[in-house]
Amino acid sequence: MTIKLNGDPHDIPQPLSVSALLVTLAIDARRVAVEHNLAVVKKAAYDTSIVRDGDEVEIVNFVGGG
Amino acid sequence: MDQLVIAGRTFASRLIVGTGKYPSHAIMKAAHEASGADMVTVAVRRVDISRKTESLLDYIDTAKIFLLPNTAACYTAEDAIRTARLGREAGMSNWVKLEVIGDEQTLFPDNEGLLEATRVLVKEGFIVLPYTNDDPVMCRKLAEAGAAAVMPLGAPIGSGLGIQNPNNIRIIREQAKVPVIVDAGVGTASDAAVAMELGADGVLMNTAIAGATDPVSMARAMKLAVEAGRLAYLAGRIPRKSYATASSPLQGVVGS
Repeated sequence: MTIKLNGDPHDIPQPLSVSALLVTLAIDARRVAVEHNLAVVKKAAYDTSIVRDGDEVEIVNFVGGG
Repeated sequence: MDQLVIAGRTFASRLIVGTGKYPSHAIMKAAHEASGADMVTVAVRRVDISRKTESLLDYIDTAKIFLLPNTAACYTAEDAIRTARLGREAGMSNWVKLEVIGDEQTLFPDNEGLLEATRVLVKEGFIVLPYTNDDPVMCRKLAEAGAAAVMPLGAPIGSGLGIQNPNNIRIIREQAKVPVIVDAGVGTASDAAVAMELGADGVLMNTAIAGATDPVSMARAMKLAVEAGRLAYLAGRIPRKSYATASSPLQGVVGS
């Protein structure tokens, strides 16, 4: 199945929790924010929010800026 | 002690600096230390999934330095609101430097979008610091909408032109009921001093430090300029006059 991850198609083997998705991407969950189908996912809900086929996910972090 | 207070939070420094465009993260860190700033701006961007990059946060001591996420490069209220919400979740604070940009060439703010986004985010509990024009009426409207401070530009972002409309900055300070932070346009230390002498409560800059040949030295220069400008403002400058007034006594001049 395919999700849209940061604007690009991304294959996942089965529906995944946000936590599991971050693990597969080797991303430190403490330093990012996640948006799932346009709604911000609270860190406490990473285990229970399930990403499914066709979903849109944005993963952001802080970068240099003014 | 004369400190900057925004929304009940006290800052030791009146200089707020950015984290973008430094030659390296190590130089940024050294510049931050030299600047004395205890608040820095950061941008919210997509994580690069394909390659592992160094985290900016490895170079910011967040125990000492408060992170102010921005909504840079957002051209609509909707995008700015979305970015602010993500920044809150990434940074675990409800502060945002709100930018709604209206023009690509000048990066001037879209005032309608800015006001709309300010209202929405204030309602959601954000501490909103909007980047705005050097327009006293707009600044008043933003404060009335609940902005915790107003951040009028000195000149276009990254231009280094200095304070283009000092009289407006002075009027904004006289009228505003919230702190006034001059944001953008500073090129060198004297520009920062001018902003503070006009009464600004603080100055925010990025390129002037990051783009200097020696960012660490420029950061220290900015620290001193902001302190000097603030002291001069509080000290009360003499009135401007067209003609001379002698500093030495006119009596007892030899040969008179």
